Amino acid sequence: MKIQLRDITMRFDNVTAVDRLNVTIEEGTLVSLLGPSGCGKSTTLFMLAGLYQPTEGELYFGDRLVNKVEPENREIGMVFQNYALYPHLTVLKNIMFPLKMAKVPKKEAEERAREMAALVQIDHLLDRKPSQLSGGQQQRVAIARALVKKPKLLLLDEPLSNLDARLRLEMREEIRRIQQEVGITTIFVTHDQEEAMSISDKVLLMKDGKGQQFSPPQDMYDYPENQFVAQFLGNPPINLLSVKLRNDLQTIVLPDTEDTYQLDSLVKSYVDSNSKLELGVRPEDFYIEFDLAKAGITVEVMMVERIGRDNLLYARLGQTNLRAIVSPDVMVNRGDMVKLAIRPGRTHLFDRSNGKNLLH
Amino acid sequence: MNDKPTMKKTIKAILYLIPALLIIGTFSFYPIIKSFFMSFYTDYDYFKDLVFARGLDNYIFIFQDPEFWKSIQNTMIFVIGVVPLSIIISLVIATFLNQKIKFRGLFRTIYFIPFVTSVVAVSIVWRWIFHSQYGVLNYALGFLGISPIKWLSDPDWAMPSLIILAIWKGLGYNIIIFLSGLQNIDKQYYLAARIDGAGAWERFKNITVPLLSSTTFFISIVSIINSFKVFDEVFALFGGQPGPAGSAETIVYYIYNKFYGEWNFGVASAAAYVLLFIIFIFTLIQLYVGKKKVNY
Repeated sequence: MKIQLRDITMRFDNVTAVDRLNVTIEEGTLVSLLGPSGCGKSTTLFMLAGLYQPTEGELYFGDRLVNKVEPENREIGMVFQNYALYPHLTVLKNIMFPLKMAKVPKKEAEERAREMAALVQIDHLLDRKPSQLSGGQQQRVAIARALVKKPKLLLLDEPLSNLDARLRLEMREEIRRIQQEVGITTIFVTHDQEEAMSISDKVLLMKDGKGQQFSPPQDMYDYPENQFVAQFLGNPPINLLSVKLRNDLQTIVLPDTEDTYQLDSLVKSYVDSNSKLELGVRPEDFYIEFDLAKAGITVEVMMVERIGRDNLLYARLGQTNLRAIVSPDVMVNRGDMVKLAIRPGRTHLFDRSNGKNLLH
Repeated sequence: MNDKPTMKKTIKAILYLIPALLIIGTFSFYPIIKSFFMSFYTDYDYFKDLVFARGLDNYIFIFQDPEFWKSIQNTMIFVIGVVPLSIIISLVIATFLNQKIKFRGLFRTIYFIPFVTSVVAVSIVWRWIFHSQYGVLNYALGFLGISPIKWLSDPDWAMPSLIILAIWKGLGYNIIIFLSGLQNIDKQYYLAARIDGAGAWERFKNITVPLLSSTTFFISIVSIINSFKVFDEVFALFGGQPGPAGSAETIVYYIYNKFYGEWNFGVASAAAYVLLFIIFIFTLIQLYVGKKKVNY
């Protein structure tokens, strides 16, 4: 089912939790709602579920306007953060519950529940009560219960946050597998960027109730539309340098040292040479340039740290600290001056006044 | 806390316990044991505390006394009339009070007032409500075209009147307990049930009732025991009489009457022990049923 949010706004008293959100979610895709806590992602999910009614805007499921449709009539399945399995019912009865509510004959309901349990691989636990299950197993039961009535939309509210690291990885893959097997439109709320990046077809990144960018995860990482998106994604975080732009719209003046750096391309729109800009470069997009004739940013090495497969270089340009992931076979030491070059097409330039990316 | 008990610690503990033990012992244990023995006294000098003969005569007497059987029957009707209705009504009211409504605190207070008010004061008000000529109840029923009922003077209506009073009186306590039980139910279950397609009634039936079962169990035990012990309401509502023609005589009223009215201590004690035995059996049955139904 295709989901459309048009100018969706949600206000609680004086707080605007979601502010004019416009998103179209294609049928069969898995979309993550990502953002720091308090950004409105859970509120958005609850509006999709029908537990909240949007203050303004229109919400369409397919062609149907569902603003005023109660959750019980929306044909959705939902997995809650703490699973919310009915503690007094066995696993089988839990999975059968939505079918019982839909007045499906008992025999058919049991059959379908068993099928669903097999899909999520808990068919050996059907007679247990939820309290006798591990977190991962409860998670699977919750997914089975959400899917058993064949809903048109599956909502997942931070479903992995209560699991330990290893199980989280496993369940993440499981959710993706089940979603693709069933082919259901799925919305997944998370604050974990890695989770969102790995699982989704598209990510909606939110901040302060506003949608920041809605695109496939890799696009979001490579071409952030604004400074917030660039800063939110990536670990270690993106390097930002306060710079100025010359009138040719291509030459950048670096802070403190007044060195210059040539951009690959012109900025998209005209920028006043006085406006304050931020140059953004991801740590892995730097490399050490030994050819003195080529362009680069000369920095002083502060520290080199080897973490697993990464060789992390801490450097300083004037007052600004930089991080770069460099090739492990390069030998540099503290106090050395090195020239960092940027991989082609990997520079971002943000207008500090509104955060907009001026290059992509 | 896992230390072994030592002599010193035990003595210290006993010293702390003694004041309460003395009071409980004097006013609870001693009378309980004493009345057990008294139920076997068949010939007894009250003033000199001399027992001339012991035997089962008291028990034989009460089991042959039609008034005793009548009082057991009345008590049973009372329990059956009060307990289920009281639980259902208070659960319904508690569910409504648990919603987001205006003046919730005020309503809670209103429903709790009967519980904290003296039975005697309340009964006087109810005697007026039940009054066959001037009572508001008959006045209200008059609008529905029902001719006046002699609530307190017709033997057929005395027990229903008593049941109405007792239900009303017990509501406040049950509602408070139910409310705390309701608030312990995680709201997520209701959200999940809504998503699963359950309407309001289905949510009540499939979430509230089962998740409240331990509270309901507690209330049912307490109210059955309390209902078996009913006395004050009878005494106050019918002005010291057990209703017209003994129609509202309960076991405890029978015990009271034998003790203070006829000074027949042996018979009163025997009847008290029969009551204890009945309550004991009922509680055992409830515990058995509760263990099967309540655990989750």
